Amino acid sequence: MVSSVEKRLDELSADGRAALIGYLPVGFPDVATSVDAVNTLIDAGVDIIELGVPYSDPVMDGPMIAAAVQSALESGARLTDVFDVVKQVSGRGVPILVMTYYNPVFHYGVERFAADLAAAGGAGLITPDLTPDSAHEWIEAADRHGLDKVFLVAPSSTDQRVEMTAKASRGFVYAASTMGVTGERVTVSDAARELVHRTRERGAQHVCVGLGVSTPEQAAAVGTYADGVIVGSAFVRPLVGTEPLSERLAALRTVASAMANSIAGSRSKDNL
Amino acid sequence: MAPSLQNMPGPYFGDFGGRFMPEALIAALDELDAAYNTAKNDPAFIAELQALHRDYSGRPSIITEVPRFARHAGGVRVFLKREDLNHTGSHKINNVLGQALLTKLVGKKRVIAETGAGQHGVATATAAALFDLDCVVYMGEEDTKRQALNVARMRLLGAEVILVTTGSRTLKDAINEALRDWVTNVDTTNYVFGTAAGPHPFPAMVRDFQRIIGVEARQQMLDSVGRLPDVVAACVGGGSNAIGIFDAFVDDTSTRLVGFEAGGDGIETGRHASTISGGEPGVLHGAKSYLLQDEDGQTVESHSISAGLDYPGVGPQHAFLHSIGRAEYRSITDAQAMDALRLLSRTEGIIPAIESAHALAGALHLGREAAEAGRPDEIILVNLSGRGDKDVATAARWFDLVDADADLTEGGA
Repeated sequence: MVSSVEKRLDELSADGRAALIGYLPVGFPDVATSVDAVNTLIDAGVDIIELGVPYSDPVMDGPMIAAAVQSALESGARLTDVFDVVKQVSGRGVPILVMTYYNPVFHYGVERFAADLAAAGGAGLITPDLTPDSAHEWIEAADRHGLDKVFLVAPSSTDQRVEMTAKASRGFVYAASTMGVTGERVTVSDAARELVHRTRERGAQHVCVGLGVSTPEQAAAVGTYADGVIVGSAFVRPLVGTEPLSERLAALRTVASAMANSIAGSRSKDNL
Repeated sequence: MAPSLQNMPGPYFGDFGGRFMPEALIAALDELDAAYNTAKNDPAFIAELQALHRDYSGRPSIITEVPRFARHAGGVRVFLKREDLNHTGSHKINNVLGQALLTKLVGKKRVIAETGAGQHGVATATAAALFDLDCVVYMGEEDTKRQALNVARMRLLGAEVILVTTGSRTLKDAINEALRDWVTNVDTTNYVFGTAAGPHPFPAMVRDFQRIIGVEARQQMLDSVGRLPDVVAACVGGGSNAIGIFDAFVDDTSTRLVGFEAGGDGIETGRHASTISGGEPGVLHGAKSYLLQDEDGQTVESHSISAGLDYPGVGPQHAFLHSIGRAEYRSITDAQAMDALRLLSRTEGIIPAIESAHALAGALHLGREAAEAGRPDEIILVNLSGRGDKDVATAARWFDLVDADADLTEGGA
C-alpha cells in the first residue's frame, strides 16, 4: 500500500518543489475552530497537515505550542476529538498526519489507536518521544493498518541511528533542524542541511525539516534541499489572542499563503 | 535458587522501564550509559566516590534504635537508617556526588537538575560548588513557595534557580523544563536526575548510587542485632531512597520490603500521589511505569503535603517489584505522616522530613499489625531519608505552633 504522504511528496517533487507541512494542535482555541484552522491551512496551499494531540507533558515543545496545548486541554479537548477532527478534514485530498507523544497512544491501546486513526482517514503518526528501537508495538500496528510511521532524527543522531530510523520510517523522516524544542527562530541552522544529506545517504527516500522555521524566507531556503518544510509555532501564533476568531483565521491564512508561495517559488529560482 | 534481583541493569525491569525519549537526547543518554558502565568498574572512580562519601558527606550514616517511638508501634523494635545526618540533610547527596563525578568524566561544565522539595536541588548545587560546575535548577513555582528556604540555599551555593510556571507548576513540570533545557544544551550540559526514574540509564544508575544505604544498613543490622530486619520500610515518590535501601535486601526473601506512597487527602478523594496504589501503567519522562493519569492518558496532578513525594510517576523498578510481589506499596495520608513526624520529634528528639515521616507512619501500622498477629519481636528498619529542618514552617502551620503575632515567613523558620 502506497503511503499518501509519500505519494504527495513525490508529486510535488516532480513539480520541482518541496511540500509545506503545517502543524496545528487539535482543540486550540477550541475544537470547532481547530477544524476551521486546518481548513484555512489547506485553502492557503498547505500540502500535508500535522495535527497535534494535546498532551499534559509536551517536552519537545517550546512555549508557543506548549501554551496552546495546555489551553486546549483546559478548554476540554479530548482524545476522541482528534479522531473526529481527522475525519472532518481528511476528505480534501490532503494527507493528515497526527503528531502525538506516546502515553495517550499507549493508554488508549496502540492497536486500538491505529485502527481508529486509520478508520478516521488519518495517514499515520509523528512520534516525538518514541524512537524506532522503543516502538515495536506501534510499528506492528502501523504496518497492520497501512499507517505512516514518521520518526525523528536530530543533529546529535549517530549514523547508525539515522540508518535505523530511515529504515523504520514510512511517509518521511522528520529531521530536527537544531538541538532544541519547537519554536520560531531567527535562523535555521546549517545543521539541518547536513542532517538531511546524511539521512538520505543512510537510505531515506523522503526527509522533511522541522523546528524553528518561522518565515517564508526560511521556508524557501529549507525547501531547496528538503522534501518538505514543517511549520508549527508560526501557524499557532496567529491563533493566539483575543481578536474575533474570523480575524485570527484570516491572519493564519495570510501567514500560510506567504509560506506556501515562498516554497513554491524556491526551487525554480535556485535549483532548476 | 531464584536468580538475583540485585543490581538489575535495565533498561527494562520486567515490562517496565525502557527509554521513551526524543531522538535528540539518545546520544547523550548513550554517552552517559557508556561513561557510567566504565566508571562503575573503575577502581579510581570507586575510590574517589568512597572518599567523598567518607570525607565530605559523612558516611557511613548510622542506624539508631528508637524504643520510645516503637512503643507506639505495637512494641516491636524499630531502627532508623539515618540518611538525615548526611551533608545537605538527605540521601540525595549520594546520587549527586556520583553523577557530578560522571559529569567531569564526560567533560561537561554545566549541570541541570529538577527539584521538588528542594533537597535534590540543594544537593546538586552543593556538588556543583564542590566540582566547579555551572548549575541550573528547575523548580515548580508551587514548590518554591512551599520550600522557600531551599531556594535560598541553592542560590547561596551559587546555583541559578528557575521557577517553572508551566503545567501544574510542580516537580513533573520542573522535569519537563529540565528536559527542554537538556535537549537544547546537551553538548555542554549533563542532566543530574534526582530519582530512580526517567529513561535508561537513570533508574539503574541512580539506584546504584543510592544502593550504599541498604548495603550499610544490612551490615549494621547484622552487627548490632545479629539478624536481618523483618521489614524494611521507606517512603516512595520517584523512589530513589526506597530502591537504595531495598536493593541490598531484595534477595533476602524473609525480609518484607514495604514502600509508602503519599496518600495526600486519601486515595479515595483523588487528591494524592500514590502512583502504584492508585495509578495505572503508562509512560512519563522516558520510562514505562505506573502513572497517575486520566482516561485520555493525560498526567493527573498529584497532591501531597510533602513536595518531595508530590510526583505522579514512580521509578520503573518499583513497578516491577510490585508486579512480581517482591515489594508492597501502601498509602499514607498527609495527616498520618504529620502525626508520625510529631511523634518521632517528641519521643526521640529527631525531626524527620515530611517525606520520611510517611515511612515512619507506615512503620507504626506495620508494628501494630505484627503485634496483633502475635509477632511482637519483629524488627522494622525505616529509611529516615531526610531531616525536617526544611519542613518546620509547614509543620508550624499544620500544628498551629506559632503565636498569632509571630512572623513566620514561608519556609523561613
